[in-house]
Formats: sequence, structure tokens, C-alpha cells
Amino acid sequence: MNEYTAQPPGLLSGLWATARRDLLLAWKRPGDVLNPLFFFAMVCTLFPLAVGPSAEQLEFSGPGVLWVAALLATLLSLNSLFLTDFEDGSLDQLLVSAQPLPILALGKTLAHWLTSGLPLVLVSPILAITYRMPGSVVPVMMLTLLLGTVSLSLLGSIGAALTVGLHRGTALLSLLILPLAMPVLILGANTVSLAAGNDVYTTGIWALGAYAVASLSLAPYATAAALRISNE
Amino acid sequence: MEGLAMGNYGAYVWSCFGLTLVVVLFSDWRARLRQRRVYRDIEVRIKALEERQ
Amino acid sequence: MWKLFHQLASPPHFYRLAAVIAPWLAVPGILLIAYGVYAGLFLAPMDYQQGDAFRIIYVHVPSAYLSMMAYMIMAISGGIGLIWRIKLSHAVAAASAPLGAAFTFLALVTGSIWGRPMWGTWWEWGDPRLTSELILLFLYFGYMALRGAIDDTAKADKASAVLALVGVVNVVIVHFSVEWWSSLHQGATLMRKDGPAMDPGMLYPLLAMILGFTFLFGSLLLRRVRTEVLFRERRTRWVREMILSPEGS
Repeated sequence: MNEYTAQPPGLLSGLWATARRDLLLAWKRPGDVLNPLFFFAMVCTLFPLAVGPSAEQLEFSGPGVLWVAALLATLLSLNSLFLTDFEDGSLDQLLVSAQPLPILALGKTLAHWLTSGLPLVLVSPILAITYRMPGSVVPVMMLTLLLGTVSLSLLGSIGAALTVGLHRGTALLSLLILPLAMPVLILGANTVSLAAGNDVYTTGIWALGAYAVASLSLAPYATAAALRISNE
Repeated sequence: MEGLAMGNYGAYVWSCFGLTLVVVLFSDWRARLRQRRVYRDIEVRIKALEERQ
Repeated sequence: MWKLFHQLASPPHFYRLAAVIAPWLAVPGILLIAYGVYAGLFLAPMDYQQGDAFRIIYVHVPSAYLSMMAYMIMAISGGIGLIWRIKLSHAVAAASAPLGAAFTFLALVTGSIWGRPMWGTWWEWGDPRLTSELILLFLYFGYMALRGAIDDTAKADKASAVLALVGVVNVVIVHFSVEWWSSLHQGATLMRKDGPAMDPGMLYPLLAMILGFTFLFGSLLLRRVRTEVLFRERRTRWVREMILSPEGS
């Protein structure tokens, strides 16, 4: 096989390549993955400390608190989505690559979700139990977090692309992303509350799923456009 | 004029109308101020360049 | 027709034209508002449920309407500037942000003040429109913050245009999701601000206010766009000639 007969790169090869690279980098720096998780746990601890540990209050506020904590932890980890690449010049390489930029952006976002959203989902039951969430509700909560964090990672990548390299980009990133994240928060937390109240909660799940799919189809393009703009 | 009392709700109604007036006037004032400042800054710079030539 | 369009998009033409048009917007606007205020406060019949407090509607609704219209203007002109690279378009977007934010703020405060006698509270999280309006304010702040953080004007224009466009989709989604959320947690406290069918005596002043405010907004926006254009074009020849010529402007 020489370069004339080798298979040309497929459409998604850029996606897997960037995802794999980021995953490898995350593997070498476990702190990047663990810190947001600890943050998540600590925020969940803050609420009972601030408002008191009464059982019914905990159970009542559980879905909301868990969701807000997950949102904040995701925000924290979004900051560095493009930052390290920006600083060492790899971002420029992505920009001039022959692969479509939306695909590359999606690859990075995929890696981000695998290293922040997914761990959050897996860790959430432990914290949910401390909030006295009934066992039947925990899977619903995990499902909402699963779908929600996908949307958050995708929407967040747009904000991260817009603010990469800006002075005081962190605060600005949060300011930009939070309004985008509010519908996800509303849907996620309230769906879990509905489930806790034995109400019909499937509409919320469908809505979250729709949001995730819509973000998946549209966000990479916005992120790519934002990356080009921030780095021209 | 009993109209001014607005049936006990006077404070609420008048403060709303008053605030609206204030915000609109303030916005207009700031816009004029900025316009004047921008114009003057450019004028100064251009006239200075003219002097030099 | 295209010639007119091209002329309009040319900064020096726009600069002169806008100065001519602005009074034609401001004067009718002020007259309509004057009528609206007088009729709304003194002529319109009292509301059955809310008494005279409902008259706040005459400033609250126009503000809320403008807050959303300004955002659409911001997003659409940003989009036009992004796609067709028309500099003037970006200037319009930049100019409309602070105006839109001001009216959003007004809508929120007048809404809050209206809520006090009606709901007994200064803020009602359960009202979907108030909450959506608050989120709109955050969107404006984010837009202005992003513009402020990027030094290069062209880059700031493009980045904020992307943000505004993403935000437009978000405004629609937020509105629906907040409504759903509010319906979940609704007590009996939600008051329908516009009541059932509106008595014409109440309606006409409201329409006058909305129209008048729109005209006024237009004239305010034109001034800000002119300033924006002047600033962006400060090093061009047409600006230099205009300033050096006897009447300048």
C-alpha cells in the first residue's frame, strides 16, 4: 500500500482522532476529570450546610440542587475545552486542517462530555441518596443528567469557542452559557421532581432528548464559526 | 384632581410612568453626549493633522 | 432599487440620511405617546379587577415589546452583517444592544411594580413572562460583555453576531420552557395582564403607546447608529471632508 492506494480519510476520522487525543490527554491528567466531580460533590454539600438538613427539605430540593450543581461543574470544565489547544498552537492546526471544522469541534466536545458529563451521571446516584431521593427516581435523574449534559457540553462548546483566549474569559463564558443552559436546567430538574411526585414525567424526557439531538445537529456549526472568528 | 390619586394606586402608576420617562430621557441624553464626544474627538484629531500640514 | 439599497448601506449616505429621517420618527412618536399617556391615564375606563393599577400597562407593554424587537433587530442585523459583510449592519446591531437592555430593564421594573399591588409581591418567579424577560436581560448583558471583551471591532462584530443568532433560538426555547415550568408550579396568583377582551377605550391608548414608542425607538436608534458609524469610520476620507467642510455636522 502506498499513498496512492491507501484509503482516504473518512468523514468521521477527524472526529475520532480529536476525541482520542483529548481522551488521552485527560487520561494523563486525571485531575482535570476529578476536579469538577469534587466540585459537584461539594456544591451538593453546600446546600444542606446553608439551609439546614431537614429531611423533607432535602428530598424536596434534591432534584434542583443536583441539577444546579451538575450545571456549575460542567461550566467549570468547559473553560479549558479549547484553552490548552489555543495556548500551545494546536488550535491553529485544527483550523487549517483539511477535515471539516464542525467535525473536529464535535470530536473535542465528545471527549469533553466523556470526561465531564458522563462521570457526573455515574457519580450522581451517590449524592442523590444523600438527598434521600427514592430509588425509583434515581434512574430518571440519571437519564435527565445523561441527556442534559450532552446538551450542556454542546452548547458550552459554542461559548467556549467564542471566549477562548479572552482576558477574563471564564466569567464571560458563564455569563454567555447560563441563559442557553436554563431550558435544559428547567427541563431536567423539573422532570425529576415530577417523577418524585409520581407524576407523568415522560414529556420532559422527550423534550430533553429533542434538545440534545437539536444541539448535536446545530452546535458544531456554531462552534466552528465561533472558532474561526476568535482565531482569525 | 382625583385623577392623580389613581384610586390608591397612585404611587405605583406614577412611579412607573416617571421611571419610563427618566429612562427614555437618560438614554437620549447619553446618546447625544456620546455623539458629541465622538465628533469632537475626531474633529480635534483631524484639525491637528491639518495644522501640521 | 438596488442602487437605493447600496446607497443606504454606504456609511456616508446613511449618516446624512439618518439625520434627516430621525425627526420624522421622533415627532410622531412623541405625539402618539403624549396622546397615549393622556388617554391611558385619564380617559380610559378603570379596569374591573385591577382598578387604576392596570394603567401601568401603558408603559409596561411597550417596553416589553421593544425589548424583544430590539433583540430581533440586533440578531437580524448581526446576521446580515455576518453573511453579507455589510459594515453598517454591524453598527446597527451594536447600537441596538444598550437600547434593548434599557427597555428590558424598564419592562422588568414596571412589571415588578405592577406586581406589588396585584400579587402582593415585588417579584413572582411563577410568572413566565417576567422570568423570560429576566433571562433576556442576561442575554443582552452577555452580548454587551462579549463585545466589550474583544478589542478588534471586526472580530467583536462577528463573534457577537454569532452569539445573538444563537440567542434568538434560545429566546424562543426559554419562553416555552419557562411557561411549562410555571404551569407546573402555578398557584392561583397569575394575573392575566391584558385581561379578557379589551374595551376600545383601553385599547386605543395602548396601541398609540406601542406605535409611538416604536417610532421613538427608531429615532433613538438612528442617533446611536450614526454615532457608531462616525466612530468606526473616523479615519476615512468622507469623515475628514465632512468635518473640515464649513457645516460639518
